[in-house]
Amino acid sequence: MSPLPKAAPLPPVLALDGVTKVFPGVRALSEVSLALYPGTVTALVGENGAGKSTVVKILTGIYQPDGGAIRVDGQPATFPTAQAAADAGITAIHQETVLFDELSVAENIYLGHAPRGRFGLIDTAAMHRKAAEILHSIEADIDPATPLRDLGIASKHLVAIARALSIDARVVIMDEPTAALSHKEITELYDLVDKLKQQGKAVLFISHKFDEIFRIADRYTVFRDGQFVGDGAIADVTQSQLVQMMVGRSVDHIFPARAKAPGAEVLRVVGYDHPTEFADIGFSLRRGEILGFYGLIGAGRSEFMQALFGITRPSKGAIRIDDKVRVIRSPADAVANGIVYVPEDRGKQGAITALPIFQNVTLPSLGKTSRSGFLRLAEEFKLARDYTARLDLRAASLDQPVGNLSGGNQQKVVIAKWLATQPKVIILDEPTKGIDIGSKAAVHEFMAELAAQGLAVIMVSSEIPEVLGMSDRVIVMREGRIVAEVSGDQMTPETLVRHAAGIGED
Amino acid sequence: MFKRFLASREAILLGAVLILLALVAIRFPAFIAPANLANVFNDTSPLIILALGQMIVILTKCIDLSIAANLALCGMVVAILNVAHPDLPVIVTLVVATGLGTILGAINGLLVWKLTIPPIVVTLGTMTIYRGTIFLISNGKWVNSHEMSAPFKAFSRQILLGLPVLSWIALAVVATFAVLLTRTTLGRAFYAVGGNPHAAVYAGLNVGRTQFLAFAIAGALAGLTGYLWVSRYAVAYVDIAGGFELDVIAACVIGGIAISGGIGSVGGLVLGALFLGVIKNALPVVNISPFWQLAISGAAIVIAVAFNARSSRTKGRIILKSAEVAA
Repeated sequence: MSPLPKAAPLPPVLALDGVTKVFPGVRALSEVSLALYPGTVTALVGENGAGKSTVVKILTGIYQPDGGAIRVDGQPATFPTAQAAADAGITAIHQETVLFDELSVAENIYLGHAPRGRFGLIDTAAMHRKAAEILHSIEADIDPATPLRDLGIASKHLVAIARALSIDARVVIMDEPTAALSHKEITELYDLVDKLKQQGKAVLFISHKFDEIFRIADRYTVFRDGQFVGDGAIADVTQSQLVQMMVGRSVDHIFPARAKAPGAEVLRVVGYDHPTEFADIGFSLRRGEILGFYGLIGAGRSEFMQALFGITRPSKGAIRIDDKVRVIRSPADAVANGIVYVPEDRGKQGAITALPIFQNVTLPSLGKTSRSGFLRLAEEFKLARDYTARLDLRAASLDQPVGNLSGGNQQKVVIAKWLATQPKVIILDEPTKGIDIGSKAAVHEFMAELAAQGLAVIMVSSEIPEVLGMSDRVIVMREGRIVAEVSGDQMTPETLVRHAAGIGED
Repeated sequence: MFKRFLASREAILLGAVLILLALVAIRFPAFIAPANLANVFNDTSPLIILALGQMIVILTKCIDLSIAANLALCGMVVAILNVAHPDLPVIVTLVVATGLGTILGAINGLLVWKLTIPPIVVTLGTMTIYRGTIFLISNGKWVNSHEMSAPFKAFSRQILLGLPVLSWIALAVVATFAVLLTRTTLGRAFYAVGGNPHAAVYAGLNVGRTQFLAFAIAGALAGLTGYLWVSRYAVAYVDIAGGFELDVIAACVIGGIAISGGIGSVGGLVLGALFLGVIKNALPVVNISPFWQLAISGAAIVIAVAFNARSSRTKGRIILKSAEVAA
């Protein structure tokens, strides 16, 4: 095997040398090193809490290191402010882009360094012209005059990249840029990363997805618990070696084995229509079954689930629960009929952080723990105690506000809340999005347990291994319609991707 | 348990009120005589009742700027009604005032719920409309003491078991709200809807309807207070309780009701209102000018908000497992 020509000859443009960062009570980074080379994509790999985002914040001037050195072109440098980092040619594209919705694309690209005309006023014509040039150079078909709020997430990423190019960045940091993108948009992003490479930019790519890392990265650096574990060329490493470095032990992500003996039909949906979001959705679901819903982002899966849960109203369609026709007009109806929905954004839509644990758990079950509008605190505590104990929740007291708990325990409160309603059907929307491998396995274990107890589970997921590993059956949606229902031997990555993307058989 | 109380906002507020009373007592010992304290409480009663109404509105992430205009309109309507029909029993007056207040509050609530207009805009509009309506129905004229019937004026001032009826009503509303907010599903819904509207939707709560009910209840209290106010001062005119909505919001803020919704207790609110009430009654007694009174009330608001912001910031997230069990 020939040595890699890319990394070897050029010195790193940006490097961290034995950098340490300490927060009260936590050592976030302990003498870590990282080198970014021109024209090279370096993947930063690590579980949640490994210190990846701390590194990003140090590189962009938001945090100051407590020890070690930052080197730009080999010379020691400090970034006391975000502006200093930007001046050194470092720019970051975040998972949720930090741009301004109310400004135009051109204004976003040139905010802070707009071309000036007479009297020092902004030369709008020049700004639009230059913005159009940059957008053209990355083959982004966006009018610079469009207000940013009219663009989708993928286009916003393009604008962020155009902004990076406009300030002549030498280092581009991408923090989980594909988390919210569809398959096609991700491919476009890959092309763009290739272009940045050709232009000699150093790219730091942070991602949880191994297929991505192996597709576009040239080098890798692995952190574990705030410490440097290793780095090298991607070509010299396998996925399982990388995972092993990351978790410090060999983890084959094995999905829990499940007895596949679904029971009687519990839910049947017939002809659900919505004027703009989905059409003709129909399927049946049995007790103890896990039904996967796969599709690209924007295929209408979450929108349909929200209608099923009564948040929005379908224009047509019917459902039967336990073979009885039911009408769901509101989330309260859904909960009363045994359907619960654990939404994707658990932080925003899950817990009420100012309320104590027990009040969070009993919130959807208040009908059961109250008599004619008056609460029965003893019953509430009993319900909360039962379900938090089942999930092994660690807390000093059920009276303590949920905001004082760690993220993992907050999630347990949210799940306990739904189980306490004793549902028949539980809808989990992207149950493992953005969480580390260890927690993912726990969630999968838990889903299998729920199904084993006779609950019917609907899992909306965009991660193919998860969909294939957990589901008994998979429904694929595209552009608001069900395009396939696959089970057994048909459940292969190729089938799912083909149906979701609308590619026919060869 | 006791230790936890000492660290709570209620304990700190109670301490502030007591220190204030002690300072006044040094200059003017008669101020803390029980009879005078009862007077101060009676004087603060309208503020307490209205602030409780405002509190549940704020808990649901809304605000009611029209609450004092609602009070004034209901007060004027029952005053005119009394002039026209002096023989109407007081109970009818109470029902009319409370009923009309409920309707006015419900209008705010409906606009917020069904048209999803921001509450501050809705109530800024209705505040002006309600004030304007008083002018229309009264032609800008005053209803004076001699035009009102004796029972109409006497009701709020009647002494029962040593306290005026006005004070008893305030105490009853406080007790009802303590139960409402801690022991009923509606009270729980107020906290949940304001604490995290998204989560509340998924938990099956109707956010808009809950906010509507908060506005309607606040309106009912404003209407009730409207009659008590007119009865106590024996006069009704366009500008009664002008600017009082700001005192009401100040009492909420000092009492630890988070303007962002979802946080606050009845105990804290009552102490917040009493704090303002003591300042208002004590400062003239110790010869401090009304301008200082305004400055001190204003400073109290800023300090309370700064304190709230601080106490919610210092907590931080618990990441260490050892810290979690200790918390």
